Amino acid sequence: MVPEHILSWMIFCPLIGAGLILFVPKRYPTLMKVIALLATVPPLWWAANLYVSFDRWDNGFQYVEKVPWIEAFNIHYFLGIDGISIPMILLTALLTFICVIASWNINEHVRGYFILFLLLDTSMVGVFSALDFFLFYVFWELMLLPMYFLIGVWGGPKKEYAAIKFFLFTLVGSVFMLVVMLVFYFGSVEPATGLHSFDLTILADQSVHQSFLRNHTIRWLCYLGLFIGFAIKIPLVPFHTWLPDAHVEAPTAISVILAGVLLKMGTYGLLRISYPLLPDMAVAFALYAALFGLVSIIYGALCAMAQQDMKKLIAYSSISHMGFVMLGMSVFSNTTAINGAVLQMFNHGTVTAMLFLLVGVIYDRAHHRDIDGFGGLAKTMPIYAGYTGLAFFAALGLPGLSSFISEALVLVGSFQQYKIITITATTGIILTAGYFLWTMQRVFLGPLNKKYAELPEISLREAFTLTPLALIVILLGFYPMPVLDLIGTTLKHTVAMVVG
Amino acid sequence: MVEPQTVKNILWLIPCLPLAGAVINGLLRRRLPARLIHIVGCASVFLAFLVSVSGFITLVRIEEPHNRLLIQSLYQWLLTVWDQGRFSLDVAFRLDPLSAALCLVVTGVGFLIHLYSVGYMAGDESQGRYFAYLNLFTFSMLLLVLADNLLLMFVGWEGVGLCSYLLIGFWFSDLEKAQAGMKAFIVNRVGDFGFFVGLMLLFWTLFEGSSGGITGLGFDQLTEAIPLLGSASPILGVGVATWIALLFFVGATGKSAQIPLYIWLPDAMAGPTPVSAFIHAATMVTAGVYMIVRLNFLYAIAPVAMTVVAVVGAVTAFYAATIALTQNDIKRVLAYSTISQLGYMFLAVGVAAFSTGIFHLVTHAFFKALLFLGAGSVIHAVHSNDMQEMGGLKKYMPYTYLTFMTAYLAISGIPPLSGFMSKDEILWATFNSHLSIPGLGKVLWALGLLGAGFTAFYMTRLVALTFMGNFQGGPEKEKHLHESPLVMTIPLMILAVLSAVGGAIGLPAVTHLPNLLHDFLSPVIGGHGSSGHEIHAYGLEVLLMVISTGVALTGIGLGYYFYLKRPELPGQIKARFAGMHRLLFNKYYVDEIYQALFLRPVLKLVSLSGRFDLQGIDGAVNLSSRITAKFSFLVGWEDLTIVDGAVNGLADIFKRWGAWIRQVQTGRIQHYLYSVVLGIFGLCVFMLLF
Repeated sequence: MVPEHILSWMIFCPLIGAGLILFVPKRYPTLMKVIALLATVPPLWWAANLYVSFDRWDNGFQYVEKVPWIEAFNIHYFLGIDGISIPMILLTALLTFICVIASWNINEHVRGYFILFLLLDTSMVGVFSALDFFLFYVFWELMLLPMYFLIGVWGGPKKEYAAIKFFLFTLVGSVFMLVVMLVFYFGSVEPATGLHSFDLTILADQSVHQSFLRNHTIRWLCYLGLFIGFAIKIPLVPFHTWLPDAHVEAPTAISVILAGVLLKMGTYGLLRISYPLLPDMAVAFALYAALFGLVSIIYGALCAMAQQDMKKLIAYSSISHMGFVMLGMSVFSNTTAINGAVLQMFNHGTVTAMLFLLVGVIYDRAHHRDIDGFGGLAKTMPIYAGYTGLAFFAALGLPGLSSFISEALVLVGSFQQYKIITITATTGIILTAGYFLWTMQRVFLGPLNKKYAELPEISLREAFTLTPLALIVILLGFYPMPVLDLIGTTLKHTVAMVVG
Repeated sequence: MVEPQTVKNILWLIPCLPLAGAVINGLLRRRLPARLIHIVGCASVFLAFLVSVSGFITLVRIEEPHNRLLIQSLYQWLLTVWDQGRFSLDVAFRLDPLSAALCLVVTGVGFLIHLYSVGYMAGDESQGRYFAYLNLFTFSMLLLVLADNLLLMFVGWEGVGLCSYLLIGFWFSDLEKAQAGMKAFIVNRVGDFGFFVGLMLLFWTLFEGSSGGITGLGFDQLTEAIPLLGSASPILGVGVATWIALLFFVGATGKSAQIPLYIWLPDAMAGPTPVSAFIHAATMVTAGVYMIVRLNFLYAIAPVAMTVVAVVGAVTAFYAATIALTQNDIKRVLAYSTISQLGYMFLAVGVAAFSTGIFHLVTHAFFKALLFLGAGSVIHAVHSNDMQEMGGLKKYMPYTYLTFMTAYLAISGIPPLSGFMSKDEILWATFNSHLSIPGLGKVLWALGLLGAGFTAFYMTRLVALTFMGNFQGGPEKEKHLHESPLVMTIPLMILAVLSAVGGAIGLPAVTHLPNLLHDFLSPVIGGHGSSGHEIHAYGLEVLLMVISTGVALTGIGLGYYFYLKRPELPGQIKARFAGMHRLLFNKYYVDEIYQALFLRPVLKLVSLSGRFDLQGIDGAVNLSSRITAKFSFLVGWEDLTIVDGAVNGLADIFKRWGAWIRQVQTGRIQHYLYSVVLGIFGLCVFMLLF
């Protein structure tokens, strides 16, 4: 059922698709789209298989592949997944498939778009399954390039500005990561071989750290470097200003991937690299991390309410929602919060994907996203209004929908350790309700704006991209165990390891 | 005879039948004919009612009252495990006397209102949506009532809020109605914030008190562990139990429209009238009362919180009644009346008369639903909410008139109608209460009594303006006046019977007959509650009854005198006390005060944040990029003039190289892509080889 080298297949299958698209003559754009779609189907199928066969009780890495890659530097092609990575892999497989369908209306430079898109897919799955620091870094950097072009070429009016801003911000983060990576490489020695190592499982073993790496200041600096690198990606306030611009300019499907998957790389990086490598620093920094989370929650919500552009609003809401992930990840006295955080990573992926797809729908019809420029749309597009209502209520954490579970777990868990911070963060749910309902009202309710009386209802293709996400959002609201099951064992182990 | 085991296994049907109705009507609302939509909408609630009845009968047939508890655990909802403990919750339904009573009210009254809606909404183009929402509400309310743990209860708690939002703004093309829905949801969220903080504080205090023994928020678990709260160290000098009880009460003031969060309910009247009857009178708004009774074991150890509840309840009861005196919109009068009556319920639970609170909840569900439905029937005929355009309707709408009169006398407190029974029990319990401030009970009793007099007065005014005298809406409208169809009047009649005789479930002690409701609920309430039944001062009880009846009759008499005998008097009084009238008519300007105090500062903060983000943070980012650009320009200039000379020779070589490499830089995306993909393939090949 699960083929050998399943992770490699999942990583490189899209790349094969990209290779094929390269040879399709220019006059067959639809063929290119079909190939792109077909290249995302096997990973989705394999992801389903992974979901079924993943061992919920194993706290180590599964489906491990390890072969020497650059022996001169003891670099390995080392893959494997645990409970933290598997929800991200599932999410990536699902969203890339949906996004290819959502990209069907791309009509310029079709070849380039889909090649870059598939390349992005490869790098994302790579990041979520790499267990070698160097390999992780390669995939991390690899993702930058297609993203830069996807925003810079297929984006909106200010696309160059947004693309360069995105690129520079992320690059700054990567530089920090690169330096820390090298510090760890040279600061540790594998006892068995006497070699330096990039192997994350070895680097997590504190006894391999040499005296240099045991220096408290060095460890602080390393942690800070990684934290800033990842904080830019999440993004935490005040490292966030690239996100609204990137979102506003990016085409719909790329916004979906950006918010749905790419942001999670930040929090994933903290869990995969910072916590295991520097557990003592993770505990020492926890309070500050929680504060970063809190500021992002409240400030993101306040800024979201101030926006006129729907995409900007959702971008700021992402910042606010990712703040919950950060808050939950800063708690080590129980696992409730961190389970909520990882669940929130998954839930935010589905909910925010819906939100961006929905904005895309209206933008394709009205060619603007100005919240005040609509009114009464529920009259002409009731089904669209229904989907939007569901996504909005999911995003504002309505009980019975998926995000509520993850936010509730984060808040309940955090409360044990941070009383004041958690209570303040809880006020975020009032603000969130405020800006989503206010948007709902300005766009969909009230008297119909005559200009848009003839807007066509949501199409079958658009509904097809939204429906699976909607079903997941409802299902995980009433029955979140399918995901909690996957992540619980690993997270229990992670917390024990960090505290221990 | 149904086995308890069987009933236990079908408990899930009670909430899920209406859910199924909601899904069917929601998805097929455009395909189904109106008739079928009605059948699905009503039948799903009726079936849930039948299951509730069988659950109720099963409970009653269990001999030992303390065994009257059926819990159906459906599946594991949440689970997180760590070394020192776990947090685990099930989706589980709990049928005990309290939830059974509430289920009967929700499904029973709910069914009647669904039925009434068939007539009321006839001809509306979105009936499918209407019935889907109404069924979804019934589901959420039943989930709230049946939930076996606090978090699942919270799902129902916010679910009813969602449905309330959807139904208030049902006619969403009217901006004002849509805004009313939004206001309701957000004000409720403020309350929910308190509820949620209370929930967290409760769990962790118990968790730390029992060193990990508590694993969830199930009611049995909480009941057992609650004594641990006593040993927890106080926060800011106030006991933890008091904090938690007060935080939950904040949630209750939102959902049940008490001071200071009542402001959404009058606006909520924008929804269709059956919705006001069902959600904003009979069921949802009583959720706060239900919650406190459900957590009576917590409130019992928090006497200070109880006193706060009682005071807020009594003050709200009185305060809302004063506003109701001057309103001209028939539904608004009833809305303030609801707030006031909910205040009585909180007064009851605040003085530990938990079963009495539920008693008033039940009778109020009957007579207030009836009042709203009657008002709906009137609005259906007159096509206006303004009582100044009504009058003399009794001869056009005899059934509506007669049933409305029953509810009117019940709410005014005329014995032996249901409203008298429950309200009098509340006043009796208040009079005998032992609150943490001595003598406070008597003060609250007086306040409640005065509120009761006002209630009788404003209700008389309402009846006088609508049904008595002559029609004021003009002769054109008068021609079209008509009685509502049977599908609307039959629910009115059933509710009228219930409003009249519903008091029989809670007979006062002086009758020497059992107080059925109190006895039925006693396993849930245990030793914490009282209903005045244990006080054997019959002489005093009868005296107080006479006083309260006298007050009610005075209210009615004054109303009669002012609005029927001397109808010119109210105008003169209005002119005489213009300031007072303006204050009441504008609802003490509370909306305006809240706007200035909370809404405007928040909006200010919002626009400040937005500007700061754009000009502050992003400005700094852009500034640093400009500085870098300037700096690199400087470096470039220095490079050109000083370093350049030295490397001229080298430059020549680079120039030639550059010219050659420039051919690659074609500016065409495809070419770049080729090289990117080729590069990656090269990388792969490299990986495979080395």
